[in-house]
Amino acid sequence: MTTLQTPPARARRQTLAQIFTWPLVVGVLSTVGLIAALVGDGIWDGVSWLTLLLPILLYGLFLLRPRR
Amino acid sequence: MISGTRPLRRWYWVHKWSSIVCTVFMLMLCITGLPLIFHHEIDHLLHEEVDASVVPPGTPKADLDVAVKNALDKFPGQAPHFLIWDRDEPNALLISIGTSITSNPVNNRFARVDAHTGAFLDSPDVTGRFTYIMLKLHTDMFAGLPGKLFLGLMGILFCVAVISGIVVYAPSMRKLRFGAYRKDRPRIVRWLDVHNLAGILLVMWTLVVGFTGVINTWADLVLKAWQYGQLAEMTAQYHGREIPTRLTPVQQAVDVAVKAVPGMIPSFVAYPGSIFSSKSHYAVFMRGDTPVTSRLLKPALIDAETGQLTDSRDMPWYVSALFLSQPLHFGDYGGMPLKIIWAILDVITIVILWTGLYLWLRRRKPARVALAEAARRPVEGQVLTS
Repeated sequence: MTTLQTPPARARRQTLAQIFTWPLVVGVLSTVGLIAALVGDGIWDGVSWLTLLLPILLYGLFLLRPRR
Repeated sequence: MISGTRPLRRWYWVHKWSSIVCTVFMLMLCITGLPLIFHHEIDHLLHEEVDASVVPPGTPKADLDVAVKNALDKFPGQAPHFLIWDRDEPNALLISIGTSITSNPVNNRFARVDAHTGAFLDSPDVTGRFTYIMLKLHTDMFAGLPGKLFLGLMGILFCVAVISGIVVYAPSMRKLRFGAYRKDRPRIVRWLDVHNLAGILLVMWTLVVGFTGVINTWADLVLKAWQYGQLAEMTAQYHGREIPTRLTPVQQAVDVAVKAVPGMIPSFVAYPGSIFSSKSHYAVFMRGDTPVTSRLLKPALIDAETGQLTDSRDMPWYVSALFLSQPLHFGDYGGMPLKIIWAILDVITIVILWTGLYLWLRRRKPARVALAEAARRPVEGQVLTS
């Protein structure tokens, strides 16, 4: 299955830090969102909705964006 | 595929096998869990309900003893186990009634009573409902405690699969940007991207919902531990006594509890002899009014003979952990928008499970065999048509 490593999505070899930067950001924000709505109502619920909506929006964006 | 080092191969092995074992059950849990997020709305839509009267704020509540009596009139000779204030329906009270005080509360019927007039509303049989069947499949597959613990084990494997998934994510992304989706490639490549991307975006949510689900499978054991631990300790001096023949009015017990635990409101009352109390006490479980403190219950034990407070303590950490894990599993703590988000994340989790299953099935077949099959096919076709 060498086909996995051919263009167009080819990029130069990434370090672990580069691979996990964005997943870490999303993970931290998700954690904030999971806890926020537990802490209080009103604004806290809003924080929760936005941060947990982020992975959903990113997923849609990456799968639906036109080819570059 | 990826000629990794030995520890990496081990992680692949862990990811593969933890996933294979739990995937079918996780699919079932995700599918049955989806309607459960909206169980209130679904019940409301599918089933007729007698509405409680809507009253201006500040209207005094009905006397609890009147309310209980009105409910019991519909169930002559039976015994109330619990009196529950439903946080989702503040105008009604729920009274959980068993054939006797020692009967298994799993078989109890709920009577709804108007919180302000005390009038009986209805006592629907929920056991045939769609949401009830989903709930039973989701919690124990109709197999009781063994079913629960088994699903808990599957939940642990799921968490192992998520964590090992993070490790094996790295090598497959070495030469890809974050969010890469190679949409022009064969399905196996596309679905690998769909699987990897969803898996890594949802890591925290799947871990939290998965692990809090596991904790919930231990609920029966946790409550047993509390009964034989803290509850037994608090009621040690009453050990061996029978249920008093004449009980203090439940309204009086609640009033004493409310005075004893300032700043909290009653959540439910366990009658003397029921599974959440001793034979000699009403256990009035008090709660706070923020999202967190409304989940953390504090029991006040009221002597059912004298109506006096015996003791009130915060529950031990393992019970608090169970109570706090519940909203994090159900997603019912941030209004309707959070429930909808929960549902979408649940659907994406189904995508992760499905693509993962597909990738495993495809890879089981070595590439050479697949090629050989493909080469043979036209020949067979000729044979058939000639």
